[in-house]
Amino acid sequence: MLILTCPCCGIAADETELENGGEAHLKRATVGSSDEAFEAYLFDRANPKGVHFERWRHAYGCGKWFLAARDTVTLEVYATYSGQTPEPPADVVKAIKAKRPDWEGTA
Amino acid sequence: MRRYSAFAIAREGLRYHQGWERAWASPEPKKRYDAIVVGAGGHGLATAFYLGKNHGITNVAVIEKGWLGGGNTGRNTTIIRSNYLQDPSAAIYEKSRSLYETMSQDVNMNVMFSPRGVIMLAQTHHEVRGYQRTAHANALQGVETTFIGPQKVKELVPIINLEGPRYPVLGGLWQPRGGTARHDAVAWGYARACSAMGMDIIQNCAVTGIETEGGQVKAVNTTKGRIETGKLALVVAGHSSDLAQMAGFRLPIESVALQALVSEPIKPCMDVVVMANTVHGYMSQSDKGEMVIGGGTDHYNNYTQRGSFHHIEETVRALVETFPMISRLKMLRQWGGIVDMTGDRSPLISKTPVGGIFVNCGWGTGGFKAIPGSGWAMAELVAKGEPGPLAADFGIERFREGRFIDESVAAGVAH
Ligand SMILES: Cc1cc2nc3c(=O)[nH]c(=O)nc-3n(C[C@H](O)[C@H](O)[C@H](O)COP(=O)(O)OP(=O)(O)OC[C@H]3O[C@@H](n4cnc5c(N)ncnc54)[C@H](O)[C@@H]3O)c2cc1C
Ligand SMILES: [Zn+2]
Repeated sequence: MLILTCPCCGIAADETELENGGEAHLKRATVGSSDEAFEAYLFDRANPKGVHFERWRHAYGCGKWFLAARDTVTLEVYATYSGQTPEPPADVVKAIKAKRPDWEGTA
Repeated sequence: MRRYSAFAIAREGLRYHQGWERAWASPEPKKRYDAIVVGAGGHGLATAFYLGKNHGITNVAVIEKGWLGGGNTGRNTTIIRSNYLQDPSAAIYEKSRSLYETMSQDVNMNVMFSPRGVIMLAQTHHEVRGYQRTAHANALQGVETTFIGPQKVKELVPIINLEGPRYPVLGGLWQPRGGTARHDAVAWGYARACSAMGMDIIQNCAVTGIETEGGQVKAVNTTKGRIETGKLALVVAGHSSDLAQMAGFRLPIESVALQALVSEPIKPCMDVVVMANTVHGYMSQSDKGEMVIGGGTDHYNNYTQRGSFHHIEETVRALVETFPMISRLKMLRQWGGIVDMTGDRSPLISKTPVGGIFVNCGWGTGGFKAIPGSGWAMAELVAKGEPGPLAADFGIERFREGRFIDESVAAGVAH
């Protein structure tokens, strides 16, 4: 059972309380963007084996969105952090590097 | 290759079964092949088979990181049906279903195709309308399905409870020529036939890198060394994003876990496949007597080949409502596979940004049924460099162009 601590209300929430919202930190395509940029934003995903930054919603709790850094191979959760974060924060990157020195960062 | 036949069984019976040959050779990789298929699941092996059979290309290697059929091909619940809604889906799934009818003869291995019939239960009024629509669509597509009422469902499945308190059975979409097949035999049969054509099946060999030059594929690096090729088919299901990353592009794919479980064997009690999409569960009985059960996927990216326990609970809960007699059955085994999901729940059979690299993936929770048709279409794409009529609509560019093949409603449950 996956357990993520919601940074909004502080509750350690079981996965049945949460909804997954897919890859985080995508660059939003908007009016004037090329078809390729829209395609990349809407559909193309890193789907990595290993460290994944993703969006979650505490759906059956406080209802707020937040972000998590999680490993898709070990299911280890490295950190959860505020949904209003455009890039992985330095302390989150540090926490990941401490456990995964071989990790090369996001592509 | 010595053919399998009733006569061969009799002959071997008389000499203590000492004359059976190895089913396929396990050679070391050569320096170069005309085409390399990555992934020895059903789709990869069928691609290789039809490259040889339909296009005469036999200098081919199939490279597999684990053992043959050890991916989703050996982990699925083997439901075969072609009652999809959209025309491109009906075309390729029905081609595939019809190839299953003759697969045992085509590959000279008994794949135990059992067209016992598949029912998709309608348990809400919305589903009744949805399946009636699918039945009409199938009639136009030449796929034989009918919408049947609850009494006919009960006749076909005496152990079903029509009067569930929350979701009574209001009817069903019935495909009499749908059914099941033996998954391992499908992989083994193709592997044996490919090996007999002179292809190399290389197991325990992971592809670790892809070399390109001037936007064209040049070679793959593997745990058994570097192998050159001009054509590379990536057919690795849940691992497609990983291989795409090696080649420097992204795919519209997310990998999630899907689970299944089987019960202890019991006497024959159900001779059709029943799927209950609203309550998320489906069940069939194997020839050994085990009840084979599946449900929905987990909702987050996952490569662990395990799933979350609450999904099993939900599936079993739904099936106990539908089939009260299974409430005291013991479950023997549970397992998971990593399935490759696209946004429109339809597959990719496609060229890629790199010349000479082709992908076949995105079959997600329902690609066992598609193995022969997908191999047929993929072989044509790899051989000619352009998709034929079966594959044409399944290119990656459909996402940019907004030409989805939307099966997300039709495939409400994983199968
Ligand atoms: C629990 C479950 C139930 C299902 N039920 C049904 C069903 O009832 N009906 C149905 O039609 N479908 C069903 N499916 C879906 C079906 O199993 C798949 O769509 C289908 O088997 C995919 O076949 P494949 O050949 O594409 O992939 P796989 O069989 O997964 O083969 C891919 C292969 O690629 C190999 N590979 C990966 N990475 C590398 C690498 N780097 N180098 C070399 N090799 C590599 C893997 O080891 C694997 O063997 C189910 C799936 C699951 C998990
Ligand atoms: Zn919360």
